[in-house]
Amino acid sequence: MTVSAVEAQIAEWRGFVARDSVLAADEVEELEAHLREQIAELEAAGLAADEAFLVAVKRMGSIDAVSREFAREHSGRLWKQLVLAGGAPATRTSNGMVAALAFAVAAAVSVLLARLATGFPEEESTWLVRNAGLLVLPFLAGFFAYRRRLPARRWLVAAVPFVLAAGVVNLYPFDAGGSTELLVAAHLPVVLWFALAHPYTGGDLRSHERRMDFVRFTGEWFIYYVLLALGGGVLMGLTSLILEPMGADVAERIIEWVVPSGAAGAVVVAAWLVESKQRVVENMAPVLTMVFTPLFAVMLAGAAIVYVATGIMGDFDRELLGAFDALLVVVLGLVLYGLSAREPAAPPGWMDRIQLVAVACALVLDGMVLASMLARIGELGFTPNRAAALGLNLVLLVNLAGAAWLSARFLTAGAGVNRLERWQTGYLPVFAVWAAAVVVVLPPLFAFA
Amino acid sequence: MRIEKDLVAASATPLVLGILADGENYGYGILKRVRDLSDGQLEWTDGMLYPLLHRLQRLGYVTTEWRTPPEGRRRRYYAITDAGRSALAEHQRQWAAVAQTLANLWDGSGPLPAVGRA
Repeated sequence: MTVSAVEAQIAEWRGFVARDSVLAADEVEELEAHLREQIAELEAAGLAADEAFLVAVKRMGSIDAVSREFAREHSGRLWKQLVLAGGAPATRTSNGMVAALAFAVAAAVSVLLARLATGFPEEESTWLVRNAGLLVLPFLAGFFAYRRRLPARRWLVAAVPFVLAAGVVNLYPFDAGGSTELLVAAHLPVVLWFALAHPYTGGDLRSHERRMDFVRFTGEWFIYYVLLALGGGVLMGLTSLILEPMGADVAERIIEWVVPSGAAGAVVVAAWLVESKQRVVENMAPVLTMVFTPLFAVMLAGAAIVYVATGIMGDFDRELLGAFDALLVVVLGLVLYGLSAREPAAPPGWMDRIQLVAVACALVLDGMVLASMLARIGELGFTPNRAAALGLNLVLLVNLAGAAWLSARFLTAGAGVNRLERWQTGYLPVFAVWAAAVVVVLPPLFAFA
Repeated sequence: MRIEKDLVAASATPLVLGILADGENYGYGILKRVRDLSDGQLEWTDGMLYPLLHRLQRLGYVTTEWRTPPEGRRRRYYAITDAGRSALAEHQRQWAAVAQTLANLWDGSGPLPAVGRA
């Protein structure tokens, strides 16, 4: 056996290993270097070249097993492969599509029926706003439960939060249009979204990696949903232009009938796209994070400087408060997303520093907002809105403070980024509990006003 | 004698960290050390070393870089960090406790019953 024949065998082996998309290029190179050293040593011990190759490959072990082990280590890649909890093989895209469409249509129909039942098109009831999450998200949960082939017992577990939420939201005697009802309408989808984590992860909620997958999924779902919404907007805009000759209200009617159901169906379709078109967004989401983290850092730094220099002028009105909460949520999103898209083993880089700047500025701003809010509450007392805003602010403040501390330690002391990730995934239940508290505890506290 | 799979897996981390505590090394070199140290009794699937090394890297126990030694081929070298050293110390304490416990048990009951002497 000639040298070139062994080279050809090694090349073939490398091609086989590289075809398995879990392994990164330098991991393949590392394995190949190992194989070559092993072959060289066996040849030195007197084996023929082809024998040495065979023995070395055998000692390397099953590439499937090795790449599974690598994938477990880099759960982002496991997710890329769509090898879902329990190591079940990925569902084929084609039947995935049929199921996704079925669940999407079911969500759309459920919204339509609910609207008709509450008097559409004559009136729009606040019952719908309050129940919006319950009309759509159970179908997404069902889609995941079906896709993950959950056993019947787990389907029941997955259904529990939805049933409880339905009970709370509909048995509480809300004042129609009151602030507790609006708060419930805003927080219920968040609670139910966290409830999705159970079917999404196949019930494996304790695992840090699966939780990170869920975070990743949420970010990418959001991107897909925005894209679908933009496309839907273009479609509706063109429709109304084309139908204009038939009278302006024809187009309006159609939009009125179609848009809410379309938005409901898109929730499921976006989730399915995230699962099956991984690679497209995979290149997009980290890019978006890279682009927007520095921009937000600049904006936050500017705002922090202005606020610190001038103090907060006048009263903090509700809109500004809402804007701050939204800002903190966005910062948290950038941190979480940057973290989940990060190569875990990479050393600290400039992105980590920029992220720390953004978080630190957000903390300064939030501290000032909190102080002003507390002053206002001390003066005027609690309202449902102030209680909810204060709570959200505190929950976010603690999270960002922990994140800032751990990422500063990561940058200075060389502590693993791992701790930061675990802090974030460990904190997720706090958000869920807070949102649930707003839905369940807050309305009775304020007499459903 | 072949050492059972679970035991091999459990001892992998302290072994690798311990070998790296003697100085930086690369994958194949680490495996050779394991073979030498255990007289071939500890059988590893070679490929499985690499996911383990990456895990140690993520935990901050080892650092790594690609280097080409003079007159050698390009290799990925691993070196232990301070965090890795303290993890290793913790492993050593735990293994010592396990070994001590077993030793206490088996020393107390006299010589081990030989296989097949029922």
